[in-house]
Amino acid sequence: MNKETLVKVEHISRYYGDHCAVDDLSFSVSRGEVLGFLGPNGAGKSTSMQIICGVLAASDGNVSVAGHDIIDEAKLAKQHIGFLPEQPPLYTDLTVDEYLKYCGRLRKISSNNITSSLANCKERCGLNDAGGRLISNLSKGFQQRVGIAQAIIHSPSVVILDEPTSGLDPIQIVEIRSLISELSEDHSVILSTHILSEVQSSCDRVLIINRGKLVLDESMLSLQGDSKHSCCIVALQKPPLLEELEKTDGVTHIDVIDQYRFRITYLQDICTPAILANTASTADWGLFELIPEHDSLEQTFMRLTLDDLNHVQQSTLSS
Amino acid sequence: MNPIVSIAANELRRLFLSPFAWIILAAVQFLLAVFFYLLLSKFMESTTWQSNRGLTEIVVVGLLQVSGLVLLLIAPFISMRLFSDELRSGTIKLLLSAPVSITELVLGKYIGIMIFFLSLSALIALMPLSLLAGTRLDLGLLASGMTALFLLSSVLAAIGLFISSLSNSPAIAAISTFVVTILLWIVHIANDSDNEQLQTIINYLSLQKHFNALLSGAFNSVDVIYFIIISTLFIVLSICRLDALRTHQ
Repeated sequence: MNKETLVKVEHISRYYGDHCAVDDLSFSVSRGEVLGFLGPNGAGKSTSMQIICGVLAASDGNVSVAGHDIIDEAKLAKQHIGFLPEQPPLYTDLTVDEYLKYCGRLRKISSNNITSSLANCKERCGLNDAGGRLISNLSKGFQQRVGIAQAIIHSPSVVILDEPTSGLDPIQIVEIRSLISELSEDHSVILSTHILSEVQSSCDRVLIINRGKLVLDESMLSLQGDSKHSCCIVALQKPPLLEELEKTDGVTHIDVIDQYRFRITYLQDICTPAILANTASTADWGLFELIPEHDSLEQTFMRLTLDDLNHVQQSTLSS
Repeated sequence: MNPIVSIAANELRRLFLSPFAWIILAAVQFLLAVFFYLLLSKFMESTTWQSNRGLTEIVVVGLLQVSGLVLLLIAPFISMRLFSDELRSGTIKLLLSAPVSITELVLGKYIGIMIFFLSLSALIALMPLSLLAGTRLDLGLLASGMTALFLLSSVLAAIGLFISSLSNSPAIAAISTFVVTILLWIVHIANDSDNEQLQTIINYLSLQKHFNALLSGAFNSVDVIYFIIISTLFIVLSICRLDALRTHQ
């Protein structure tokens, strides 16, 4: 069944002077989907999110939300968006109720509905007892909740959260994560983070962005079970030279664990554990252990972001 | 509710939540009350310096002239937070991601601060109006003077609004607004050019000349249009600046 596409990002780029923060990024988000936006610091996550929300304009490319262009039909498109920036946009001199009511009015909730919308979003974010408190007196975790509450007060189709758990303690992180899981029942969520476990625990799909470019766009299911790359741990009594191991068809990378053990990364299309076992027995390497490993998100992330970083460092050193 | 009204109401609420606005209102009222008392007692005592001028011309116009100067001094401190605070705290992202156009956003902020200046002007007007209890006033002259004060505050608010959108530091915004408004106030002093056309242009730019013309009771459309043009110009510049923030930040 084809789900309705709510957010469509087509070839967006964004330059800050000569620096390209986002480079030809395209993806889409369907209704009810939770999209994890991963990348190292400075990869272009926040810039991309701000472009989707209309806070920043793209240097090139288009963004449409619920079928409305974010520039040409900005008001209609923004009606469907709830945005929590990295730093919650709070007026700390207002009380929680005053602030949320103002946010509701900005999002054009009618006067008749504002009280029920306010009660609803406070209930969902666990702010029932904090309504009369000044925002400046709230803890960081509660301020983050107020930030999320302002993003959902108008029941938008898409909720965009930029690093919602940064700077929180472990208990607050768990609370915010469970809130995000609740949100995903009614809203499409785009979640940016550099915490991998957060994506693993709450997302349906993951995008990895590095140096402004999209380097991976896969569903969590396929990433966990059906990736192009796979790993296995091989233990050999008579290991050959590393170069010889690397010559095996499909092997892309080898980590030496100890004198006998190696973690071999290979392309699934070309190589399998059976082929590796066969090669080891033909060459008489004394294979005594072969444990296939599923490619974890962390491995994928490190491979996609670190390879590029090493490459950059090497080219900087050589130049 | 219209987003312009919501933004204006929020601006006003936040202004009055801080003690700053109350202190300014109280200080201005106290300062002007002293001037009002001095002008009134001088009028009551002396007969020589009046030269056929009435109570309204001496006391009311004198008070409004001082009020203009005081407004020039305090306006930068009222307008400094308008956008620089939003830029500093990141709340500008809330406004830019909301279904509100930049024009509505700027007008909301502008109307909010203008309501504050209107309250300030109303408080100032209470002093001359209190004279009605004991004597008659030239109400036309008073109305013209109050219009001058309103138009002056509309220009000061627009300049302050624009300059606060240029910096995320309220202090820098206040100082810059102060410099620009003072320069505009006294620009005619620097007019020693031989070129008549240039002289006319510099004189036309002077905020003080137009303000004084209206205070004297000469309700000339050229003066009113001057205030409207300068206010509109800076409001439009604020809209352009915020739009540029999205594209060139």
